[in-house]
Amino acid sequence: MKRGRNKRLSTSLNILVQAVIFLEAHTMSYHSIVLVKQVPDTRQVSGDVMTNAGTMNRSALPAIFNPEDLNALEMALRAKERYGGTVTVITMGPPQAAEVLRESLYRGADKVCLLTDRKFAGADTQATSYSLMKAVEKVGQFDLIFCGRQAIDGDTAQVGPQVAEKLHIPQITYSEQIIELKDKEIVVQRAFDLGAEIVKCKLPCLLTVVGSANQPRPASVRKRIQYKLAAIPAEYPLLLETWPEFESEDKIEEYLEKCDLKIPVWTADDLNLDTARIGLAGSPTQVHKINYVVLEAAESKEIQPTPEGIQALIEELIREYVVG
Amino acid sequence: MTKENRNIWIFIEQEDGKLADVGLELLSKGRELAGTLNSQVWALLCGHKVADLARSLIHHGADHVLLVEHPELEIYRTLPYTRVTADLIKKHQPYILLVGASPVGRDLAPRVASAAGVGLTADCTDLQIGDFTIKKENRLCKDLLYQIRPAFGGNIIATIVNPNTRPQMATVREGVMRKSQADTSRKGEVETFTPEFQESDFVLQVLSREMREATVHLKDSPVIVAGGGGVGSQDEFNLLCDLANLMGGEVGASRAAVDAGLISREHQVGQTGTTVRPRLYIAAGISGAIQHRAGMDQSNKIIAINTDPDAPIFQVAHYKIVGDLAEVMPLLIKALREKAK
Ligand SMILES: Cc1cc2nc3c(=O)[nH]c(=O)nc-3n(C[C@H](O)[C@H](O)[C@H](O)COP(=O)(O)OP(=O)(O)OC[C@H]3O[C@@H](n4cnc5c(N)ncnc54)[C@H](O)[C@@H]3O)c2cc1C
Ligand SMILES: Cc1cc2nc3c(=O)[nH]c(=O)nc-3n(C[C@H](O)[C@H](O)[C@H](O)COP(=O)(O)OP(=O)(O)OC[C@H]3O[C@@H](n4cnc5c(N)ncnc54)[C@H](O)[C@@H]3O)c2cc1C
Repeated sequence: MKRGRNKRLSTSLNILVQAVIFLEAHTMSYHSIVLVKQVPDTRQVSGDVMTNAGTMNRSALPAIFNPEDLNALEMALRAKERYGGTVTVITMGPPQAAEVLRESLYRGADKVCLLTDRKFAGADTQATSYSLMKAVEKVGQFDLIFCGRQAIDGDTAQVGPQVAEKLHIPQITYSEQIIELKDKEIVVQRAFDLGAEIVKCKLPCLLTVVGSANQPRPASVRKRIQYKLAAIPAEYPLLLETWPEFESEDKIEEYLEKCDLKIPVWTADDLNLDTARIGLAGSPTQVHKINYVVLEAAESKEIQPTPEGIQALIEELIREYVVG
Repeated sequence: MTKENRNIWIFIEQEDGKLADVGLELLSKGRELAGTLNSQVWALLCGHKVADLARSLIHHGADHVLLVEHPELEIYRTLPYTRVTADLIKKHQPYILLVGASPVGRDLAPRVASAAGVGLTADCTDLQIGDFTIKKENRLCKDLLYQIRPAFGGNIIATIVNPNTRPQMATVREGVMRKSQADTSRKGEVETFTPEFQESDFVLQVLSREMREATVHLKDSPVIVAGGGGVGSQDEFNLLCDLANLMGGEVGASRAAVDAGLISREHQVGQTGTTVRPRLYIAAGISGAIQHRAGMDQSNKIIAINTDPDAPIFQVAHYKIVGDLAEVMPLLIKALREKAK
């Protein structure tokens, strides 16, 4: 009888221990950083954007959230929902780039941060990735970094791998799906035009995310209301115009700080960095020349869509060895 | 003072012991540049049991092959490949390093450039040798690599240089350089290199990898008959296939045709598809959006068929046919069949 009770006790103890082990394995949560870029919508380039002089009027293009960075954010948010943890979003750009940070808050980011300074301007991917690496270091703790595969303006797809190299962590480019996150390891499916790969990697690591990864969620209405006032100091005058009841920019600041709505802004001085490695001066690549793509009128011949016209065309192509 | 060596290195991509075209394309471009610089072309070949490929690289233009064999290099992984490439750069200090802008190349090159602390230009479509003056210092740099690339969604073409860092690194889009015929009389040296890895190079494991052979050979095809959003039905699209067959060519497509489900994505020509430069490109019912033209405007001869006389495609076309493709395609097929008789 006594023995029976002991046995029962030990079984329940066992179950408890199992449960604790189970919980530990599953309460492991993950801190993610997402790097996002605001870009001109180069998909909208049309006649009004190209000037007669053959140059481009970039300001005529709407500024948007780089499309694949939305996929990166979505992947980070889903990981947080499934495993727990936090999502911090960083962007480097002009003050207007605060907009993509608000867009991130509307979708579920916990924290955001803007890197802005004239000294960062004109950066190539080496200088960009160096500055972003320094910002990541300042954030401190992270298990995962998410980037888009490629930005639609610079089109290089270099920043992600270069941030990873500078942090001495592994990278998984072309990530399409997180199959599993367990303990300090991640299993990811990578997607290419002509195939796929499944890799397992120790954390921390950096993922660059492709557009086919997911359908990014829209902004949540509730969060849009919650974060509508989130702003950087440069935006206070505009806020004051819209909400004169604040009376002064100081009052705005006080309110935003109280409600945790002040978007942190970091300049070069806030990061512990080597100024010779940032901006134009820190960029090994230099632009020698830019040509705007204007349609060159090819020497062209009009062919009539008639049996005779087409027959003559085929004869000419054969005569000139283009076909046959 | 010893003169800076001006050797051009080509990263050679291989999978399961089969060479990727892009490396061979770059060897041939490398030869051309080495002629201007009066220097050598070196091929960097990494893998496991790949020594047999070295001869083929020499036949395609390499003067010197750096052969790195190791079981850990069998399947491409970022960190071991970065280690090898960065160590070899440090040892030999090449003047230029070219890498294909394939998924492997675009994973490796930025990592290597960052490790070596050098500039990298992405996805080039042309390379030339030329001079550049650093304005601020009023310093002339002779014989730099002009790295020419589209950016801003294909709307601008930028010429980029790396005046101060070596090697000058660029990734180069697949299919834009022409690979040369193998010349079996060419001679070259093979030098082996033993890599030294660190434990941390192996934090990533490939659990499975499945690559498909490209079933569509747009790049090598002398003729491409491409259809777009103006193709109204599968029957109409089949006319394009018939014409392509008759001409010994391949079928291409704009994204609109792919999105409409008329044909698979492997046939897409353009910025996010394949870049082609056939002898003849026929664009039927394609408007000529910049992203499409980016992949075909270097074709030798272009025939455009479109109902809209103002379609932008006509501005790059050599032969302009304003008309309904449903009527024009059968005429082309008929005329060609009659000629073949
Ligand atoms: C016409 C033109 C051509 C250029 N060509 C080159 C070139 O060949 N080589 C070169 O080194 N530089 C080049 N640059 C400069 C390059 O565009 C900038 O360095 C840019 O800041 C980052 O490169 P990207 O836009 O290509 O980003 P990508 O490398 O394509 O971006 C990948 C991902 O990195 C993250 N990311 C990128 N930028 C930021 C940011 N500012 N803040 C937060 N996250 C970010 C995002 O997640 C993004 O999806 C070029 C610029 C122009 C205008
Ligand atoms: C980032 C990005 C990348 C892209 N990459 C690519 C890419 O790689 N390749 C690509 O092709 N596109 C790409 N696109 C899409 C591109 O912008 C265009 O949307 C696409 O090329 C349009 O295809 P289309 O001209 O065939 O179709 P549409 O724009 O629908 O044009 C159809 C044309 O057919 C003509 N037509 C209609 N009926 C007939 C008929 N009966 N007979 C003859 N003519 C007829 C019309 O006058 C019209 O000119 C990309 C877009 C973006 C934003």
